[in-house]
Amino acid sequence: MTPATWPRPEPREDRLLRIDPAAGTWRDARLGDLPAELRAGDLLVVNDAATLPASLRGRGPEGQDLELRLAGLAGHGEWWAVLFGAGDWRTRTEDRPAPPRLARGDRIAIGPDLNALVRRVDASSSRLVALAFDRAGATLWAALYRHGRPVQYSHLRAPLQLWHVQTGYAARPWAVELPSAGRALTADMRRALAERGVRFASLTHAAGLSSTGDPALDTRLPLPERFEIPPRTAAAAAEARARGSRVVAVGTTAVRAMEGQAARHQGRLVAGGGITDLVLDAAYRPRVVEGLLTGLHEPGTSHFELLQAFAPPELLRAAHAHAEAAGYLAHEFGDSSLVLRG
Amino acid sequence: MRMRGRAAMVTGGSRGLGAALGRALAAEGARVALVARGGIDLERTVREIRTRGGEAHALIGDVGDKEQVHFLAGAAAALVGPVDLLVHNASTLGRTPLRLLLDTDCEDLERVLAVNLVGPFRLTKVVAGSMALRGEGLVVHVTSDAGVNAYPRWGAYGVSKAALDHLGRIWAAELEATGVRFLTVDPGEMDTRMHAEAMPEADPRGLADPAAVAERMVAMIRSSETIANGARLAS
Repeated sequence: MTPATWPRPEPREDRLLRIDPAAGTWRDARLGDLPAELRAGDLLVVNDAATLPASLRGRGPEGQDLELRLAGLAGHGEWWAVLFGAGDWRTRTEDRPAPPRLARGDRIAIGPDLNALVRRVDASSSRLVALAFDRAGATLWAALYRHGRPVQYSHLRAPLQLWHVQTGYAARPWAVELPSAGRALTADMRRALAERGVRFASLTHAAGLSSTGDPALDTRLPLPERFEIPPRTAAAAAEARARGSRVVAVGTTAVRAMEGQAARHQGRLVAGGGITDLVLDAAYRPRVVEGLLTGLHEPGTSHFELLQAFAPPELLRAAHAHAEAAGYLAHEFGDSSLVLRG
Repeated sequence: MRMRGRAAMVTGGSRGLGAALGRALAAEGARVALVARGGIDLERTVREIRTRGGEAHALIGDVGDKEQVHFLAGAAAALVGPVDLLVHNASTLGRTPLRLLLDTDCEDLERVLAVNLVGPFRLTKVVAGSMALRGEGLVVHVTSDAGVNAYPRWGAYGVSKAALDHLGRIWAAELEATGVRFLTVDPGEMDTRMHAEAMPEADPRGLADPAAVAERMVAMIRSSETIANGARLAS
């Protein structure tokens, strides 16, 4: 599928592939049709994580040029990061030269005001390391925003600015890549949905990296990710289910947060935070989420696996083939799909 | 809005009214992120608040710079949590001594609008979406009677404050149903560095103490639900 190479100005005109798992059908629509595809009382649950400038250039202990991409918090004030060799996002991730092999205790110099110390190296991929920065609190955030750039990939045509990778309701900067399904929800769209009677709730999920350049490491994606479900969101989901309304996740990260939390609490979505390693696939039966608004996902990706928890693989494959032939656009600035019964 | 445990962000927080608001909000139990361009006064204010047992963080940045808005909003949310109260207190007079409009450079007017009008617009734009989703939030614009009365030599500043007043009203109208509220507050003439720069001949003994004004503003914030959304008040 052709990737969208840049954010498009009018999301309402973006295409929406409406997939109904119960009827076994799909049809073409526009994002502007989303309010009509939902019912009064439906609960849209969004991921309100802001996106960090998670790509940092640095020098290894022997001056080696490298890029590190933050992947998420590792606990104890440490961060997981994936290392890349010389070059930048313009080179396909899988074509990037391997990073220098770093060891515990090595220092990565990022700027005069920021260094990272390697605390751990993953046992099976030397590209995955746990780092500790030599700054904390406000000075660490200032340095990260000063030196970091948005993580991006070679299908884009120009360097992204931080405002390109934020949703319209972002708060805490937990995500290292844009929770992109939320781009559909402009203020105007949220207002139209609210007028339809659709309700909103938010959670925060630390959306991680979607590609590492290391095939073995890629098979482990998504890595465990941090999330937080506020009490009002848990209550809103319970109320929606009690009145027979649907809980619809905006994005795969919102699915993972809700189902990850439910999996830890006997299928109930209780308020709270944690780290989830849940990976959804065809064998997984969702406990809370009835469907999702998401992008277009290629068969063979972890996102496509996740979709199979909501719709049969044959239907998803056929719908995807149709979308490809019909010129839908893929990736974070691409078109959307709504996978939902009824 | 009860401030205990809430996340507050105050621009222009190093001195004067902004620093006093930071101290008063922290004393109410709010977690406070203070924004200012300069480091030394800002760090001192943050240290003072922490010494008294409050929580405060120093974010060094320029609200007039488009490149910094996501840093300021993101870092504030990371440090104190999703922002419940945003106070746009930072502002610039432009070039001093204040000039007649005929002597005001276009670039000076642009800089005043960037800090006093576009900066607050941008920061609200980044913060208020999350507030709306959570169903509550309060945004306070600090204004001036120079935005209402046409004082000679206050052209750039006065125009920026008049536009800021109207920005607050339009925000309030657009977000009316969301639970996000807007207040515009004229603190009056205070004994601050900004006032001394604008009117060096004024006797500071006749001016209000920013700490007293901050206390009155915190009282307004506490009872903001009873004040009409988008209202412009004198403190």
